[in-house]
Amino acid sequence: MRMRFLRAGLAVSVLSFVAGCSGWQLEPWVSPYERNNLADPIMSFNRAPVAQAYLHHVYQAREGARGAEGGSGGGCGCN
Amino acid sequence: MAATDRRLVRRVLWLLAFWPLAVPAAVLPEDRADVMYHAYDGGGLTVDGPSVLVRKAYKDQVSIWGNYYVDMISSASIDVVATASEYSEEREEKSIGVDYLNGKTFMGLSYTNSEESDYTANAVRFGISQDFFGDLTTLGISYARGWDEVRRNGDEGFAEDAKRQTYRVDLSQILTRNLIVSVNYEGVTDEGFLNNPYRQVRYLDPAAARGYSYEPELYPRTRTSSAVALRGMYYLPYRASLKAEYRHYTDTWGVDAWNGELAYVHPLAGGVVLEAKYRFYDQSAADFYADLFPRQNAQNFMARDKELASYTTHTVGAGVSYEFETGWLPLFDKGEANLFVDWIRFDYDDFRDVRAAAAPGEEPFYAFDSLVIRAFISFWY
Repeated sequence: MRMRFLRAGLAVSVLSFVAGCSGWQLEPWVSPYERNNLADPIMSFNRAPVAQAYLHHVYQAREGARGAEGGSGGGCGCN
Repeated sequence: MAATDRRLVRRVLWLLAFWPLAVPAAVLPEDRADVMYHAYDGGGLTVDGPSVLVRKAYKDQVSIWGNYYVDMISSASIDVVATASEYSEEREEKSIGVDYLNGKTFMGLSYTNSEESDYTANAVRFGISQDFFGDLTTLGISYARGWDEVRRNGDEGFAEDAKRQTYRVDLSQILTRNLIVSVNYEGVTDEGFLNNPYRQVRYLDPAAARGYSYEPELYPRTRTSSAVALRGMYYLPYRASLKAEYRHYTDTWGVDAWNGELAYVHPLAGGVVLEAKYRFYDQSAADFYADLFPRQNAQNFMARDKELASYTTHTVGAGVSYEFETGWLPLFDKGEANLFVDWIRFDYDDFRDVRAAAAPGEEPFYAFDSLVIRAFISFWY
C-alpha cells in the first residue's frame, strides 16, 4: 500500500516538474458562460436530498458496505 | 419482544448526518421544504413513515435546516420467524444543521439524534469544502463522530456503547461543458458493541430434533472500513442526463463489495421529469460469517447476519416529478410533486432459508424481493 502512495506521489511530482519546465500554464477550460448544461437541475448529483438520503438508508441497512454514498460534491460554479 | 434485525433502522442516523453537505461548495442550498412519505416492504419487513425537511437561508451566507424522520416498523422477517416473535416499534429521528458560505468556502455543522425503545444514537458532523481552479474543481472534507447506546428490551441490566468516527473526502471536477465527475472516499471506524443483542447464530446439534440449535452472535469490538466511489454525469444533446457510478468497499471484517449504477433523467414538456435506473451490488461474506457452524462456540467471533453473507442485489427504479406553479400559495415560488418506486431483488449465496423442510445445511438459499416507495412534495420559497 505504501508503495502505491509513493508511486502516485512520484507521478504527481514528475508531472508537476514537466509542467513547470515547459512553462505550461493550466487554465480553466470551461468558462462560466459555457456551463448552462451543467447548471440544469437534471445534472444535479443530489436532485432530491430527502429522497436520496432515504434510499441510501435502505441500501445501508441491508448491505454490508457503507460510506462514499452519492450526493456530495458538485461545483459547477453556476451561480 | 425480540427484534433480531434492528440494524435495519439504526444506521440511517449515521447517513443523515452527512447528506446536508451534498451541495456545490460556492452555493447555499435553496430554501425549500420537503414532505415525504417513505415505505419499504420486503422479506417480511415493512417500514414506513414521514420525513419532513425544512431549510431557510439568511442573508445569502447562512442556511439553517431541520429534519424530522420517523420509521414505523413491523417485522416478521426470516430472522424473526426463525428465532423470535413478530414485533412492531417506532424510531424517531431529529436533525438540525447550519451551513455557512464565505466566498468560495462552504462549511456545515449538524447534529442528529435517534431514539427507539432499545437504541439511542447521537452524531455530530463538520464539513468544509472549497471551489477553486475557476470553479471547475470542488474539494471537500468532513469528519463525524457518533455515540450510540445499545439496550435490550426485557433485560434492564444490559447496556452497551458504540463509538463511530467517519472521515470523508470529496473531489468533483468539471471535465467538459457536458460532463462532471466526482471521486469520493470515506473511512469509518467503529468501536464498542457492534453486534445485535438479539440476533443468534445456528450450529449443528445432533441432540436437537431439527439437527441444529441457536446461540448468541458475537462480533469483534472494532471495525474499520474504506469506500471509494467514482461518479459521472453527462448532459445529452437533447436535454437529458446520464449518470454512472462505481463504488468499491472493503473492511477489516473481510467484507468486500462493489456496486455499479446507471441512471437516466429525461424531462418532458409541462414540467414533467422522468427518471429510470438500474443498480447492481455484489458482496463477499465476513470472515466470521457462517450459515451453520459445525458446533457450539466453534469460533471466537460468529455471525449469521445475512447482511454479512455473500449475496447480490439488483435494483430497478423509476420516478416521475411534476413541477407546478404556486400562485395560489403566495408564500411559495414553485412546487414539485414526486413519486419514486424501486424494486430490489436479493439473492443470497450462503444464507439458507431455515423455514424449508430439509436437512441442516441443505435448505435452499434465501432470496426475496422488496419494494421501496418515496412519495414527496417540495416547495421552494
